Amino acid sequence: MAKTQKVSFKLNGKPVEATVEARELLIYTLREKLAHTGPHIGCETSHCGACTVDLDGMSVKSCTVLTVQCEGAELTTIEGMEQGGALHALQQAFHEEHGLQCGYCTPGMITRAYRLLKENPNPSEQDIRKGIAGNLCRCTGYQNIVKAVQSAAKKLAAAR
Amino acid sequence: MSQTAELKEREQKLQGMGTSLLRKEDARFIRGQGSYVADIKMPGMLFGAIVRSPYAHARIKGIDKAKALACPGVVAVLTAADLKPVKLDWMPTVGGDVQAVLADQKVHFQYQDVAMVLATDRAAAYDGVALVEVDYEELPAIVDPKKALLKDAPVLREDIVDKKDLTHGPRTHPNHIFTWEAGDKAAADAAFKNAPITVREEILNPRVHPCPLETCGCVASFNKATGYLTLYVTTQIPHLFRTVLAMLSGIAESKIRVVGGDIGGGFGNKVPVYPGYVVATVASIVTGVPVKWIESRIDNISTTGFARDYHGVGELAADKDGRIKGLRFTALADHGAFNSHVSATKFPAGLFSICTGSYAIPNTYCRVDAVFTNKAPGGVAYRCSLRVTEAIYLIERMMDVLAQKVGVDKAEIRRRNFVKAEQFPYTTGFGWTLDSGNYHAALDKVLKAVDYEGLRREQAAKRADPKSPTLMGIGISTFTEIVGAGPTKVCDILGVGLFDSCEIRVHPTGGVIARLGTMTQGQGHSTTYAQIIATELGLPASDIVVEEGDTDKAPYGAGTWGSRSTPVSGAATAVAARKIKDKAKKIAAHLLEVAEGDLEWEIDRFKVKGNPSQFKTMKELCLVSHTGNLPAGMEQGLNAVAYYDPPNLTFPFGAYLCVVDIDKFTGEVKVRRFYALDDCGTRINPMIIDGQVHGGLTEAFAVAMGQQLPFDESGNHLGNSLMDYFLPTAVETPAWETDHTVTPCPHHPLGAKGVAESPHVGGIPCFSNAVIDAFAHLGVTHMDMPHSAYRVWQKCNALGLNKR
Amino acid sequence: MIPAAFDYHAPRSVADAIKLLGQLGPEAKLLAGGHSLLPMMKLRFAQPAHLVDLGRIAELRGISQVGNEIRIGAMTTEHELLSSKLLAEKAPLLVEGAGWIADPQVRYKGTIGGDISHGDPANDHPALMIALDASFVLTGPKGERVVKADGYFLGLYSTQLAADEILTQIRIPVPAAGSGWSYQKLKRKTGDFATAATAVMLQMKGKSVAKAAIGLTNAGPTVLKAREAEAYLAGKEINDASLNEAARLAMKICNPTPDQRGDADYKRAMCGEMTRRALQAAHARAKA
Repeated sequence: MAKTQKVSFKLNGKPVEATVEARELLIYTLREKLAHTGPHIGCETSHCGACTVDLDGMSVKSCTVLTVQCEGAELTTIEGMEQGGALHALQQAFHEEHGLQCGYCTPGMITRAYRLLKENPNPSEQDIRKGIAGNLCRCTGYQNIVKAVQSAAKKLAAAR
Repeated sequence: MSQTAELKEREQKLQGMGTSLLRKEDARFIRGQGSYVADIKMPGMLFGAIVRSPYAHARIKGIDKAKALACPGVVAVLTAADLKPVKLDWMPTVGGDVQAVLADQKVHFQYQDVAMVLATDRAAAYDGVALVEVDYEELPAIVDPKKALLKDAPVLREDIVDKKDLTHGPRTHPNHIFTWEAGDKAAADAAFKNAPITVREEILNPRVHPCPLETCGCVASFNKATGYLTLYVTTQIPHLFRTVLAMLSGIAESKIRVVGGDIGGGFGNKVPVYPGYVVATVASIVTGVPVKWIESRIDNISTTGFARDYHGVGELAADKDGRIKGLRFTALADHGAFNSHVSATKFPAGLFSICTGSYAIPNTYCRVDAVFTNKAPGGVAYRCSLRVTEAIYLIERMMDVLAQKVGVDKAEIRRRNFVKAEQFPYTTGFGWTLDSGNYHAALDKVLKAVDYEGLRREQAAKRADPKSPTLMGIGISTFTEIVGAGPTKVCDILGVGLFDSCEIRVHPTGGVIARLGTMTQGQGHSTTYAQIIATELGLPASDIVVEEGDTDKAPYGAGTWGSRSTPVSGAATAVAARKIKDKAKKIAAHLLEVAEGDLEWEIDRFKVKGNPSQFKTMKELCLVSHTGNLPAGMEQGLNAVAYYDPPNLTFPFGAYLCVVDIDKFTGEVKVRRFYALDDCGTRINPMIIDGQVHGGLTEAFAVAMGQQLPFDESGNHLGNSLMDYFLPTAVETPAWETDHTVTPCPHHPLGAKGVAESPHVGGIPCFSNAVIDAFAHLGVTHMDMPHSAYRVWQKCNALGLNKR
Repeated sequence: MIPAAFDYHAPRSVADAIKLLGQLGPEAKLLAGGHSLLPMMKLRFAQPAHLVDLGRIAELRGISQVGNEIRIGAMTTEHELLSSKLLAEKAPLLVEGAGWIADPQVRYKGTIGGDISHGDPANDHPALMIALDASFVLTGPKGERVVKADGYFLGLYSTQLAADEILTQIRIPVPAAGSGWSYQKLKRKTGDFATAATAVMLQMKGKSVAKAAIGLTNAGPTVLKAREAEAYLAGKEINDASLNEAARLAMKICNPTPDQRGDADYKRAMCGEMTRRALQAAHARAKA
């Protein structure tokens, strides 16, 4: 039997534990061991961003992070965006601005935009385009995604 | 409340056709609750991983599984020899050929499927792949299709070397697949002989890949006790897929269930039946447990349905004013190692004969020669109908070439040759009947919106200034698409006609469920179809549920590709809804004790003409239809199913304009402006249409500016990951301006035509025309795609434009 | 796309990491941000038996100024470089350069030390280091040694870093006040390596160049220092003629590898063009 080890971290605020081989990539642990199938796999070479999760305040591509590197970490995925039954402003805005089509890039895109807005609450269009340049979308042409992030930024600012 | 305000409120409540209803499918996607094939986990499930060929052409001298089988977790290794007893080592293709499921004695392209390792977990499956030892003897490969038919070319397909005909006419060479012709060659030749002006250009549509963000995969689950097979699979064509599985496996089609689930983009890539699906299915049948196979991105780009690879020659003959008198278009088509390119049976070169585009052209002839090479098979329609991008790219490029030769403006050459509004329906030289259009109006609207004259003045000034660090190009594309395959009298795949279907059930309290034979991959079907029903039945879209993709639930249909959903299934939806409405009208007449002819429809109710206080709302009729208070002899319920066989295809069109600025010193092309006017007939959801146009333009931009699958002389891939293959990010993608005109389709019940592919088909030549226009004053008539900085710089360099 | 099995080690100190390297020998590889190594492992082009993760070593992170020197821990991420006020003020070239690397997610994980140690001429930091006249602290079982960036890069994936050593710190002399800077990078798309890129630091004295430092990315088997161009520019004014000559001299030393980005001619020309543009931009920023 392959050598495994226990890894503990916080996932969307809840402590979790997984038994993994050292070579297991975070995306597989999340999707297959922890039933978080929101983050997707699109390229496996860290280009597409579909697997983006928030790890200790960083947007990372979970296909290029080992689960064993996450011991003690705090992770947020798309599943953790909705709080107390209320959608995050970004989730709402992606819906309202038609910022998604097939939905495959959406979890990574929203999770990335979440961190972007934490770091830059009032981004310009160019800031947004550069800020989501690690996330590929094949359906929307990005125009409505940019609008959605702008709209969410405004709503979040108004709520502060 | 005034009467009009009351009517308006009732109408708004429906959220029917013409409103930008927010998408019903978003709720799960924004929460990460989509249900894609890769998300499926079943008890006891095995993982399959594929051993692939490192060579493009080689003989397999032996396969040693021993080390792999000894690897912890590995359960089995399947090769062609294991598939032989169940007669699934080869499978028939839709192109009339056969295709190796797992390589049998020879590999014909790099990364071809050679064996599948089955293991208890994913990592072990990949460990097993690394341990399967295959002994290859490399053979010379054919990479350039122009060399495929040379006398001394290596014979690729030894398995069919004796076949004189692959169902599309005689073969002239062991590497020849078919020659297909249309039109009148003699008339075209005569027109060229007599014309004062002729132009000719060699124009390549390079090999590209649709590359949806989700790769292909499946979970096959065969129940040995019941003999029932369920296949969860990334497919755009669940019903046809089930039929193919039945044909291949011999399992009764009633015992096969194909489930599409959520699909992470298709763009044509998820139409074919790939070897991985077949092997996973066999593996599940053999082991009796579910088997999951999900391909990697590199496998996806290297082995699944590529698009294009059409090496074309365009020729136009014209009078001295540029009025076209003849057209000859030919193409050499590289179909790869097997002829499994997707096409309707009667159209081996797809709808290539739409290549007269938006123009009234007499004396037309076209021909396509298809050949085998040592590349992956496929040949899917990448966000277009079959071979339509290839055709429209040729004609839209050639219009520019002709304009330059005649010396007239590129907008003007189009005006002179457009089919005129009053000529519709217009039958082209190749026999297509263009349903409706107003091409002059569309182009004029765009030229006005962008101040075309002003742009040309600015360009002239730049051209006159030798110090300008940039070149400016203006591209125009006035395309006509052909979508909505198609009439069963001409369109079938494997004998199944390309009709489509909709079944609607109305529940007592007014809720509706509709099931269709199409398969959404992000187009927003749940919303669009609901809006059609809302308007037709006067019930709110919010209470209408749409289901697709599960063959046990939905009626038979040919799936979603070739922009056929709205033209075919949208029509089926309207027809089914109208059957229900007709029945409801009978019930209303019965309840109001009037003749049917005394009733009129108003938004959500039937009312008695001249007596507006007497009415029955649809919602009331829903309940009554489930009671005994019905006209004599009428059955309960408000259900209907419609199978719609379209009388014709539909012909959406558009006028696009693109302005580019080219850095003379680096070759970088910057899109300054892109203005897209689309006419897709009746517009059901303007928001969704705009979204489709944005996406299609972005894919067109990718194709025109950077996508190409490169190979070396041995047939090795030189760029098959997302490091090299160009998928633009938000940074590279231009901003899009959209506009529309509305010219309804006369033969569609709603007047709708389909839209999602227009921006791809019309966009690609627009970008190319803009780039080449930047060099037009220097005598350049054509440059092949993709217009990467490297290639554009080579042109600048050759012309001496980058001298400091 | 699954790596072969390996053992994972996460030492908490540089000393422990060096001890581990010594024990595990050549079968061990250091893991920094992982965005070069892990994809190679997924493709099984690299199959180390041991990974020594430097991510848990706090002493390897951080940016500070000590005297006239900026010191950057090798495990400092690109994102941290981009957000550093100290760097923005004292060594903005590094901030500009980091912004051109990969994409936002990769920059949260990718580290300056990993980028430098990999010895890949397509990476961006080597040229930035050359332009900034940086030195590297290499720590091994026998202690520390400090080597100059100029001379550190020996060839394709080959540097002065010994198998038992770890690059622990980057030291950059604070550029002279008023220095101009620029990193010009031509790439096909976000996330791509450079077709060509040039890093420039420029000190002006009046209208003339006092000192130019020029590093070239992806122009040969290793990063190149454009010595002749640097020497030529000293004492010259920045104008079309001097820019052309400096670009020509930079191109002269290029030996780029043809790939999907372009052939050698194109890459060489782009090296010249990026050099020209970097000098122009640096000149515009320089204060005499």
